[in-house]
Amino acid sequence: MAKITYIEHDGAEHVIDVKPGQSVMEGAVKHNIPGIDADCGGACACATCHVYVDPAWLSKTGEKSSMEESMLDFAESVEDNSRLSCQIKVTDDLDGLVVRMPESQH
Amino acid sequence: MIDPNAKVVIVGAGHAGGTAAALLRQYGFAGPITLLGEEPIPPYQRPPLSKAWLKGDADEDSLALKPLEFYTEQSIDLRMGVGVASISRAPKTVTLAGAETIAYDVLVLAMGARPRRLDIPGVGLAGVCELRTAADAETLKAALMPGCRLAVVGGGYIGLEVAASARALGAEATVIELQSRVLARVASEPMSAFFEAYHRARGVGFELGVSVHEILGEAGRVTGVKLSDGRTVACDAALIGVGAVPNDEVARDAGLECANGIVVDLEARTADPAVFAIGDVTHRPLPLYERSFRLESVPNALEQAKQVAAALTGRAPPAPEVPWFWSDQYDLKMQIAGLPFDGDSLLVRGDPKAAKFAVFHLKGDLIQAVEAVNAPPEFMAGRQLIGSRRPVARERLADGAISMKEVAA
Repeated sequence: MAKITYIEHDGAEHVIDVKPGQSVMEGAVKHNIPGIDADCGGACACATCHVYVDPAWLSKTGEKSSMEESMLDFAESVEDNSRLSCQIKVTDDLDGLVVRMPESQH
Repeated sequence: MIDPNAKVVIVGAGHAGGTAAALLRQYGFAGPITLLGEEPIPPYQRPPLSKAWLKGDADEDSLALKPLEFYTEQSIDLRMGVGVASISRAPKTVTLAGAETIAYDVLVLAMGARPRRLDIPGVGLAGVCELRTAADAETLKAALMPGCRLAVVGGGYIGLEVAASARALGAEATVIELQSRVLARVASEPMSAFFEAYHRARGVGFELGVSVHEILGEAGRVTGVKLSDGRTVACDAALIGVGAVPNDEVARDAGLECANGIVVDLEARTADPAVFAIGDVTHRPLPLYERSFRLESVPNALEQAKQVAAALTGRAPPAPEVPWFWSDQYDLKMQIAGLPFDGDSLLVRGDPKAAKFAVFHLKGDLIQAVEAVNAPPEFMAGRQLIGSRRPVARERLADGAISMKEVAA
């Protein structure tokens, strides 16, 4: 299990044990954490699972695919550390990961 | 906002019903919630059933909206394997198929839709499948062994997605479609031509412009599909994917207004203040297009689940969304925003031969809908432009050298 901290836009923190193999998005959705909508369920089709990866973790969360990059290009309030959380696969290496949610996914 | 102790009963535990229950808790509703589902498993995602799940790329856990223990932890009384026989709006009860009666203060109807059945001989033969539920998908998957010949009746999204998955599994596939092109009801002509060619190049056969007369069988098992022109497509399994009809009968019987689905407003309310309806079963307003329509999509189910959860907890209604859809076939990601109502012309941007292009449905200089293949910028910018009703310059939209960011600016 990897402990992942999800921080809502208003600062509310949720620490969740996520099974390796699941995505960072699934970890939030399956535990009903507000702030990640994930309308398409992980198909990289909707950009409603946008998160900001804590800068300390950027090197471990991997590279964006060109599909993810161009979806993010049109999301709201995108920063350099923006990712679609459905595209980050959880591994034991991500134990301790911290992600923050934007104000809105739509 | 309702009484915090109001008893909420949700009929239908699909994507819409399951999401509504979870959102009610997420939005702070602490009263009793009963979630009634006909299927024997907790709410799950249906889209992967024709795609990732069928190909073996997703397991049952990943399909589930929430783990089973979620419902206990959140005090959601999830009852599986129960169908609702009738609704009595006075005195506010639902009666289950087994005659048990459950009282409600607020009723949320989320019965979904079911596959349309063909009224032809042979549909009951073993090996004739439809695809709506996880159980249907199990049956279909078991049939799709390498070398199996699958006849797909209906060239819509379900049919094409299953044909693509069948090829990935090493099965043969022939798509039979009544119209002269695939995706005829749901996509533009250039899109239909593109998808047909892409599938043909990957070994899928097509019989277009023919209807199906009969499903043939031997010893109770399907052996072929007899076409209206007298020919037979031999097969070992058949999938019927010819659209869906709303499960609105109990609502009709209860006197709720229905018109190809239960009529609701933009807060998912029926005319009865105690009854809401969400998801595929509803006939809902589409303010962008100044009409009402029945949508069959996950984004619609989620939008309406948010509407009902917001209405019941006193939150402001969520911002209206542009309807959208997606389909995965082979290495193609198709994303559609909007609905092609009232369009007067089509504009193609990008190159279908490179499998990276989009078709815009225009009404004057307004975008009504966009169908994008491997083209997320066209989809995302198109969706924003549809929602904002901002006009676009056609020549700029047609010019691939001008980015969608600039077109939309």
